[in-house]
Amino acid sequence: MTEQPHKIRVVVAKPGLDGHDRGAKVIARALRDSGMEVIYTGLRQTPKQIVHTVIQEDADCLCVSILSGAHNHLFPEIMKLLRENEVSDVLVLGGGIIPPEDVPGLKQIGVSEIFGPGTATFDTVRYIREHVQPRA
Amino acid sequence: MDPELLARFERGDRRALARLITHVEDGTPQGRAALRSLYRATGKARSIGITGPPGAGKSTLVDQLAAAFRKDGLKLAIICVDPSSPFTGGAILADRVRMKHLQEDPDVFIRSMASRGALGGLSRTTGAVLKVLDAFGFDVILIETVGVGQGEVEVVREAETCLVIEVPGLGDGIQAIKAGILEIGHAFVVNKADNPGADRVSEQILTMLSLNPNPPEWQPPVVQTVATRGTGIDELARQVRAHWAHLDAKSLRHRHLGQRRVADLSDILKARALGSASQRVLARPDFTELRRQVELGQIDPYEAADRLLPFDGPDEWRLP
Ligand SMILES: Nc1nc2c(ncn2[C@@H]2O[C@H](COP(=O)(O)OP(=O)(O)O)[C@@H](O)[C@H]2O)c(=O)[nH]1
Ligand SMILES: [Mg+2]
Repeated sequence: MTEQPHKIRVVVAKPGLDGHDRGAKVIARALRDSGMEVIYTGLRQTPKQIVHTVIQEDADCLCVSILSGAHNHLFPEIMKLLRENEVSDVLVLGGGIIPPEDVPGLKQIGVSEIFGPGTATFDTVRYIREHVQPRA
Repeated sequence: MDPELLARFERGDRRALARLITHVEDGTPQGRAALRSLYRATGKARSIGITGPPGAGKSTLVDQLAAAFRKDGLKLAIICVDPSSPFTGGAILADRVRMKHLQEDPDVFIRSMASRGALGGLSRTTGAVLKVLDAFGFDVILIETVGVGQGEVEVVREAETCLVIEVPGLGDGIQAIKAGILEIGHAFVVNKADNPGADRVSEQILTMLSLNPNPPEWQPPVVQTVATRGTGIDELARQVRAHWAHLDAKSLRHRHLGQRRVADLSDILKARALGSASQRVLARPDFTELRRQVELGQIDPYEAADRLLPFDGPDEWRLP
């Protein structure tokens, strides 16, 4: 029997208290249009809710969009909860508005890449395809 | 292959559960093997199907209903099916947006599924995923169907209690009910009862139900709800429990499970019959040549089929 390729599943989350989720919706649509299954969680998720969602949905990738400037608080919290739950094989990406000087710190705690407002969605799609872990 | 996966699943590890569901959805060898070894542990969970047009409030109702059952201490799983794009195979699964109440509760497990080309309101593997959740030990499993089109009758096969959601203000709502969905509802919910016209929709449903020439043993109730405010949810939960009591009292639950098992046998046999016939046909040295002759119109497909797969069963199977 030929094996079907594994469907890439991505959780798109928009935590924090700031207003809109336009950017998150744009990336969600781009990922869908490239054949991925996108679990969209809506606005104002807590880190705990996000990590529960990643676990239950068995996501390959978590895209977190943050506009509020709370990234230096939210990302460490998310990464800590992922670690506590022994989720080590999920690719974590950041989007939204994150100043360049904060990027190295985020990468250090395990965020794989940050895609700023100028990124072509095509690049994000390709990055995910190339970096998701194969399934055991 | 992860030999530990099933053992972790059996110890109640939710990450193992989630990964096993992925294997079942993707149809991997590990998923198939796991289903086989879990099968005997299924049949304990109550299953509730929720169907109705897009935007009727299915996800919001599931959230509320789940919260009501949580008060009884029941462990819950929720499967939400959304459509896959027929062009790219991708999907946006957004039902969780309406389920905020439940997302921090360790006794609730929510899984979004894409329909992956299936048309009956569920995906091809929804029934199998239901079994995985059942074997894991959830008391109640809620299944939200895709909610497009009218042919969403697949859910009756999987769920022992089916809720059909209608809303006021859809001019053709009742037409949709007529087209086969009246027969599958064990309860009808008129949601968005804060909008005008809810009473009329309820009356229409009751009238349609009363026209049934052979009144069933169970009279489906019609419940009005405002899911966004939680109004009517206690009554709906009460009606669902009443349906459970009815299923138990009449041994209908047993019958439903028996029918499910026989349907599973039939599916397995069909898959095997198709597989072994395909294998035989593909192994024939004249297959490519006969296919080419059919393509060129030199022989008809019936003739080619008679030669490739001789069959002496009844004509209606031989000549589809
Ligand atoms: N006015 C009103 N709006 C509702 C009610 N229930 C759900 N909604 C809204 O209807 C929209 C669709 O709800 P959703 O649960 O996603 O519907 P689904 O597509 O059937 O799952 C959302 O904006 C809900 O807030 C209700 O009882 N009254
Ligand atoms: Mg929904």
